[in-house]
Amino acid sequence: MSEKQIVLTDDMFELLDESEKNSEFIAIQSKTFVKDSWDRFRKNKLAMAGLVFLTLMVLGAIVVPMVSPYGYSEQNMALRNALPSLEHPFGTDKLGQDILVRVMYGARISLAIGFATAGINLFIGIIYGGISGYVGGKVDMVMMRIIDIIYAVPSLLYVILILMVFGNTIQSMIIAICVTSWIQMARQVRTQVMSLKEMEFALAAKVLGAGHMRILLKHLVVNALGPIIVCLTMMVPNAIFTESFLSFVGIGLEMTIPSWGRLANECRQLIFTYPIQIIWPVAAICLTILSLNFVGDGLGEALEAKR
Amino acid sequence: MFKYVVNRLLIGCLTLFVLATITFFGVKAIPGNPFAQDNKGLSPEAYAALEKKYGLDKPVTEQYVIYLNNALHMDFGESIAKKGVEVIDIIVDRAPVTAKLGIVAFVISIVVGITLGIISALTKRRWVNNIITTFATLGVSIPGFLFAIIAMYFLGVKLKLLPVMELTSWRHYILPALALSLSPISMITRLTRSSLKDVMNKDYITLARSKGTKELKVIVKHGLKNAMLPIVTYCGPMFAGLVTGSVVIEKLFTIPGIGAEFTNSITNRDYTLVMGLTIFFGAIVIVMNLISDIVAAIIDPRIKLGK
Repeated sequence: MSEKQIVLTDDMFELLDESEKNSEFIAIQSKTFVKDSWDRFRKNKLAMAGLVFLTLMVLGAIVVPMVSPYGYSEQNMALRNALPSLEHPFGTDKLGQDILVRVMYGARISLAIGFATAGINLFIGIIYGGISGYVGGKVDMVMMRIIDIIYAVPSLLYVILILMVFGNTIQSMIIAICVTSWIQMARQVRTQVMSLKEMEFALAAKVLGAGHMRILLKHLVVNALGPIIVCLTMMVPNAIFTESFLSFVGIGLEMTIPSWGRLANECRQLIFTYPIQIIWPVAAICLTILSLNFVGDGLGEALEAKR
Repeated sequence: MFKYVVNRLLIGCLTLFVLATITFFGVKAIPGNPFAQDNKGLSPEAYAALEKKYGLDKPVTEQYVIYLNNALHMDFGESIAKKGVEVIDIIVDRAPVTAKLGIVAFVISIVVGITLGIISALTKRRWVNNIITTFATLGVSIPGFLFAIIAMYFLGVKLKLLPVMELTSWRHYILPALALSLSPISMITRLTRSSLKDVMNKDYITLARSKGTKELKVIVKHGLKNAMLPIVTYCGPMFAGLVTGSVVIEKLFTIPGIGAEFTNSITNRDYTLVMGLTIFFGAIVIVMNLISDIVAAIIDPRIKLGK
């Protein structure tokens, strides 16, 4: 077999056309995870509408009580049960209190309760679920049995009991709702951690000598952030629902705190005479819960598309 | 199977025991005592006699043992607010009212939910599906008690179609039962839809069709039967929802059931009644969860009970 010598001469080559020079260039900028998810989220109209509504609600809750000339419990007996007007956009209630201010103040309370419980649940859920899923074995079994026992009882019973013991304040309402709702988060974190800890990158981190805490928090939990965030957004409406439910029946927050449930209850008594008053708190509760659900669904699709 | 049921029953008993313990010490930890409110001018002797009568003069741990022992013999003590009435009598008296309403709501949820779910999963018309999905989303977002107020106003007061108070004829059941079943219907619709869609794509459905089986039989016998599982497992939590939902719905519609009794007992600080009802609610939900798990295992032999 003879080897044929190939001589490379200049005329065998030809200069590339200017337009083809960058044919391998990637025109689309590489996206970060957050940007990628945000782009997907933005396409979901319902979720965006929910986000816009929530933003407005949060802004309203912050700004309206600050700039409004009326306090949330400022009574004006001369102007009772007024219909909506320029001075009182939502009208006034049976004590002449401005309903707009009261609804927005209620938004502060309801949203604070919703977000605070979600935050606390995140903290407890990651620790409990993380340990349970990461350690596994007998520890996991015992921890899960404890969860089963707490979960088997309707959460409302715990909430009512805690409110009775610690008084009907906002703080005890937050604690009470947390006592039962962290379980969902812990379960979610546990399932995620259990599947993620078998992956190669977890092994790699272990081989590199990372400590258990570091592997759990920096590698496992961070990779499970998508489902955790979705679970978190779903907790907020549940907390708002529980609070308004209890305050509505009259066993929730104190009478003086104008939470949404309390407002709905007050307006319900006038439903036959002044039905317009009930619209505001009902709309506030329903639209907020609806928006949070849309945002949660949207986040779920946006964050988990890769899986 | 037998082993599993025994095991679950034991865990159920443990749960009840934990619940009873938490409730007992929770109630004991509430500041003040039940006699302080209405008997301001009580002499020390009379006070001591009252304490002795209810066994409150003994140390808390001893009271706890006595209470548990009595509770095991179905003796939950005497109501504090209603003098001379046994807690167990109140439960026996009021529970059937709630149970009737609950069963009506349960049947409505299952029938309507599954029907809507089937239609939504099988329809080729996009708008039908859109309507049902929108309804299901609204159903989970709108709290039942708010729906109840709106329905009460429009159907009961404005159009005078349905009675809005008490439970004396079948027409009285419509509004409260609908309000109770709103969120279960939506949940069941969603579950049926997703699960049936999965099943209808399976090979055995194609096989059944190619054998010439009638379409209805394919849907019901081959499709629905295999798609039932998530619905059956949902029935346990759904029952908890109906029980807790009855707390507000009964108050709203002035139905003399056990839920209304529960809210009243809390506002009256009737501690023995609260305790008895909490344990009763807990027991019902635990038993219902167990039943739904067992039914799930009977329907689907692939579930191995006990693991």
